[in-house]
Amino acid sequence: MSHSTTHETHGNGTSEIKKVTIILTVLTIVELALGFWMIGMEHDGLRNAIKGAIVILMLAKAFYIVGYFMHLKHEIRNMIMTIVVPLALFVWFIIAFLYDGNSFRNLRNTYDPHYREQSTIKVEKKEHGAATHGAGEKPAENKGAVESKH
Amino acid sequence: MSTTTTATTGKLWGGGKSPFNVEYGKLMMWYFLMSDAFTFGAFLISYGTIRFSTNGWPDPNEVFRSFPFAPEGVHAPLVFVSIMTFILIISSVTMVLAVHAGHKMDKKGVVRNLIWTIIGGLAFLGCQAWEWTHLFHEGAWWGSNPFLNADGTASSTNFTNYFFTITGFHGFHVFSGVVINIVMLIMTLMDKFEQRGHYLMIEKAGLYWHFVDLVWVFVFTCFYLL
Repeated sequence: MSHSTTHETHGNGTSEIKKVTIILTVLTIVELALGFWMIGMEHDGLRNAIKGAIVILMLAKAFYIVGYFMHLKHEIRNMIMTIVVPLALFVWFIIAFLYDGNSFRNLRNTYDPHYREQSTIKVEKKEHGAATHGAGEKPAENKGAVESKH
Repeated sequence: MSTTTTATTGKLWGGGKSPFNVEYGKLMMWYFLMSDAFTFGAFLISYGTIRFSTNGWPDPNEVFRSFPFAPEGVHAPLVFVSIMTFILIISSVTMVLAVHAGHKMDKKGVVRNLIWTIIGGLAFLGCQAWEWTHLFHEGAWWGSNPFLNADGTASSTNFTNYFFTITGFHGFHVFSGVVINIVMLIMTLMDKFEQRGHYLMIEKAGLYWHFVDLVWVFVFTCFYLL
């Protein structure tokens, strides 16, 4: 019934599925390669650049999944807009909230000397397996004990 | 002026045939998924905000470095989670193939690909269950974080709270997706869709399943890579 009329505008079928599968796989492998590259890297500009690249690859993957697997690219433009335009709010959400978080960190580092000091004191890593649920339940107290020795 | 009025009346929907040329259920599935995207987005943005407001944060490569059956002390960061990622991508592909077979009224193809999708979903859930169990035995749980920050300073429990909440919520979606796919499989085997003359229901289940994969792309990136 409605099957034949509703779905005339399909993509190229199996060849498109294959193509998108390969693209998604390659993007994931590149992401992982960047992830492996970042291991042990100092916090500097290069590290942030790699993180930016990973975010871009993530968005590319999202585009291919939504566009081709979920078939949104082949829908009518008005329908695409009713889905995508509300999601554009995320641009504001992300910028506003991350900016807020960053501002809160700056405020704490400026006006909360205790917090700033805490985040410079190195603590001993607990022995593996020592964090059982008797002793490890309240890590905050353990940390306090370790720090008081310094 | 008359040309503009005729143009708009032509574009506006006067009832009858759907202006989006999709059936009601599929459109509503899209809107549900959009709302679900806001839920996940809120979780992830909250995670990002807390992370941005904190000086130190645990290094994911130190936390997620173990592998099933590997001896203790083996450092294999990213390996296990990349397997989970590929499992979900492949199960998404088999779901597309199931939807594709449905368009061609190919019942056998639908059944075969749905079974693969269900297996992929269960495999992912199994991996996640293993990872959660492993982290739990290391002392990580809601309200308990045994891992230090990357710079060796004391960490807060925000890291584990967000990790278990967000991966848990995603895992719950995977579980729901597997249940939905099993229902679809049973309906296909009972010839429900052959009787209806179309496999549009598979398409809606497929949208949900792809969304689960889509969310994992973001969760995976935010927790394991960044």
